[in-house]
Amino acid sequence: MNILEQAGEAAKGAAQGVLKKAIELAPDSWLPGGRPDPLIHHQHGHVGKPMSRIDGPLKVKGAARFSAEFPLVGMTYAAVAFSTIAKGRIATLDIKAAAEAPGVVLVMTHLNAPPMKPTPLFMTHSKAAGGDNLAVMQDDRIHWNGQPVAVVLAETQEQADHAKSLIRVEYEAEPATTSLAAAKAQGTGPGQFMGEPLKLEIGDAEARLVEAPHKISATYRTPRQNHNAIEPHAAMLVWNGEELRVHDSSQGVAHTAWSLAKIFDIDEKQVNVTSPYVGGGFGSKCLWQHQVLGAAAAKLAARPVRIALSREGVFRVVGGRSLTEQHVAIGAQPDGRFTSIIHTGVTVMTRHNAFPEPFIVATRSGYAADNFKLDVEVAYIDMVANTFMRAPGEAVGTFGLECAIDELAEELGMDPIELRIRNEPEKDPTEGTPFSSRHIVEAYRAGAERFGWSQRTAPGMRREGEWLVGMGCATGTYPYYRMPGGAARITLTRDGRATVAVAAHEMGMGTATVNMSIAAERLGLPLDHVSIEYGDSTLPGVILAGGSQQTASIGASVIAAQRVLVTELLKLAGNDSPLAGLGADQVGGYDAGLAKLDEPERHESYASILSRAGRDEVVAQASAPPPLELQHWSMHSYSAIFCEVRVNAVTGETRVSRVLGSFDCGRILNPKTAASQFRGGIIMGLGLALMEETEFDERNGRIMNASLADYHVPVHLDVPPIEVIWTDIPDPHTPMGAHGVGEIGITGTGAAVANAVYNATGKRIRDLPLTLDKLM
Amino acid sequence: MSIIVNGSATPLPPDPRVSLLDLLREHLKLTGTKKGCNQGACGACTVLLDGERVVSCLTLAVQAEGRAVTTVEGLAQSDKLHPLQQAFIDRDGFQCGYCTPGQICSAIGMAAELERGVPSHVTGDLTAGTIAASREELAERMSGNLCRCGAHNGIIDAIAATFISKEAAQPYRPDGPEMAA
Repeated sequence: MNILEQAGEAAKGAAQGVLKKAIELAPDSWLPGGRPDPLIHHQHGHVGKPMSRIDGPLKVKGAARFSAEFPLVGMTYAAVAFSTIAKGRIATLDIKAAAEAPGVVLVMTHLNAPPMKPTPLFMTHSKAAGGDNLAVMQDDRIHWNGQPVAVVLAETQEQADHAKSLIRVEYEAEPATTSLAAAKAQGTGPGQFMGEPLKLEIGDAEARLVEAPHKISATYRTPRQNHNAIEPHAAMLVWNGEELRVHDSSQGVAHTAWSLAKIFDIDEKQVNVTSPYVGGGFGSKCLWQHQVLGAAAAKLAARPVRIALSREGVFRVVGGRSLTEQHVAIGAQPDGRFTSIIHTGVTVMTRHNAFPEPFIVATRSGYAADNFKLDVEVAYIDMVANTFMRAPGEAVGTFGLECAIDELAEELGMDPIELRIRNEPEKDPTEGTPFSSRHIVEAYRAGAERFGWSQRTAPGMRREGEWLVGMGCATGTYPYYRMPGGAARITLTRDGRATVAVAAHEMGMGTATVNMSIAAERLGLPLDHVSIEYGDSTLPGVILAGGSQQTASIGASVIAAQRVLVTELLKLAGNDSPLAGLGADQVGGYDAGLAKLDEPERHESYASILSRAGRDEVVAQASAPPPLELQHWSMHSYSAIFCEVRVNAVTGETRVSRVLGSFDCGRILNPKTAASQFRGGIIMGLGLALMEETEFDERNGRIMNASLADYHVPVHLDVPPIEVIWTDIPDPHTPMGAHGVGEIGITGTGAAVANAVYNATGKRIRDLPLTLDKLM
Repeated sequence: MSIIVNGSATPLPPDPRVSLLDLLREHLKLTGTKKGCNQGACGACTVLLDGERVVSCLTLAVQAEGRAVTTVEGLAQSDKLHPLQQAFIDRDGFQCGYCTPGQICSAIGMAAELERGVPSHVTGDLTAGTIAASREELAERMSGNLCRCGAHNGIIDAIAATFISKEAAQPYRPDGPEMAA
């Protein structure tokens, strides 16, 4: 196993090359996922059964406590002032009136903020959580329009807000780059994502495109978007000496604790971040300036601080999804087979960031072709650092790719589903690795049947009164991830109860619920004998609620911890047990104890084992193995999204009348909450398609619609009944046989809507969102 | 003078700038009512004021003087959830749970409006007297309550099943709508 140990190290670092090849070629059995998780074969237990959320009663009563809702003695309220220029320096800062206003405890600016180190930028370290790499409030420099320039603490929120309004700032503005055209004119640089260049060339895609008898070549544009979780970002912070306690709304408690420790130059054990409930995240609830400012102000004032961003404040301080300008070209033979796929273009970000919107990632493994040219170039703008937003890359990248395929299908005179199936790859077309589990054709067939795809007419041919009616479809894909760092602790007590502890997060995905049922099934315990501890940085594991990977990460960690637990229990059971002589691989959790897998009558209960051994509890903790399976197989969630729209021929108004999502995401662990994840993704995709756009003033770099009145998200009347179906075919190489379900729903949805709008109207709109002005 | 909050009299705040929302959350520690935008755009702060739904962020506490406020904490009777609260759980009408209290309070106020025959933007016949509670009517009337997780289908189903009829909700398949083999 020496080569694999080396490979595990390599997977964490940058140097891969030969080792990567070794992982590709290694026997399956050497790798995580090489042997199917026994849970895949449990067909009549808790897993796979619909289960209501365990936190449901608390949430419907309003009793679940979110981050701004913890009573702290002596707490002060914060208000934040934001810069009004994009670049330059603070020339004068008049805080006198604010400091003298009633109830004010502190006015903090760069002149009195405590020393803080630069924020660790996401992906520069396994626990880095920052959206940018800037030091917070350490000098007079302004880096974006909306950067915090002052924090007021007061006894009440009203006093803090009023005092903030009295602060007067004058700036010395410097020339800033705030338009896409200016940024592109200054030259672009190569994009990098997760340590790899966003650039790939196989064969000669340009030459093959020229020769191709059928082709499409077009430019697609997607705008900036903001997550707009309904809970605005908020944190409550208190120092006890050198120890920092943070109540946060976080999808990375361990990451945030470590990063805050770096900033304040203390040990990570001195920072405790908890986050039991998160009011929506979608990629936005990581470390931004507000937590840092809150901690600094709490230190300076020696008082607990609550810093709850206003809705405008969220737009100013927390980045969203960046814009893209994508060129997609596909060359095809007369039978529809692709010869060349080109997906290139530009996105924008700041120079203090490392996250170019990776819009080509879905194209890498979507379709078979011998020639690829994929490239993301970055242009630099002075703006708040953009970040991950639900399905970063795929959500907007599939808009370009899947619209282009729809356009090509028409040029070929083929049904767009048949064109996709014609180009179904046998193995990953750019990596060459086998697919771990890919059943997208089945998903398409089932979805088309259920949706009534055969009723689709030629473009512009179906009209009901003022309404033009059309159907469209698109493929969605999202990678299966399992990030390094997963760990879990199982505490088993003599009364046959277990607690599983993981530093994971509940943002509404149903994490606690599904993992309780998985743990109960794995340990052979009743549901009410298992509890889950999560949302606390002191618990085991570095588990990001991102990349749709949390359940896989927890799953692999609990498998590892269970093995340690079983080994210990077998040792305690000794020679007087029916289990005597068995190894950890031969037994599993069954009927409140351990049993031989293929001979369940050889069984001893946990209570019996612990009683005989004179133990009250056994505690087992372990880390998940490094995620080498990701380099051995090509692993993804898949969807076929079907959409029917009605476009008003007079006003151009588009109404989505029907949506069906047909998913291939491995085994579905809790149909009730998974269906909600699928629908939720699709609905955010309807927003992306029809209305969402962060309006950026290219003259001064200011976001113009920093409110929920002006940034439109789908409301109830915009959302039709959404049907979701799934293949439920387990992936033999993943924990529980599952794939991620959180981000797949948004991928493909934008293109499905745009393709349906084309089918309804004959108008091809390549700029999101599909607002009525583009259709009149 | 005072405000009656979930049946208990509570004094007016000394600072007239305090919104009803902040009175609930900061003074009374009734944090079930949520602050999503503080400018009336999201509906997360919806409460019932003398039985009518209002956004408490745009209501000054002093405006509620002498009136009865019902928040999400005032809906359940001891251990028994309000039928709509139970329906939200049954139909999975939420994910993160942050918009949920506002959705629930808003729906209770909305049901009373429907019963009184108050028309909406999508009501076809304004002279009919009674209003057919179609899915579209419910969706239109609930559109002031934003949900970002995308629980819209479950929310409307929960409301329909509670206030209209089981048939008005989408057929619910507890085993999950799997594909035919």
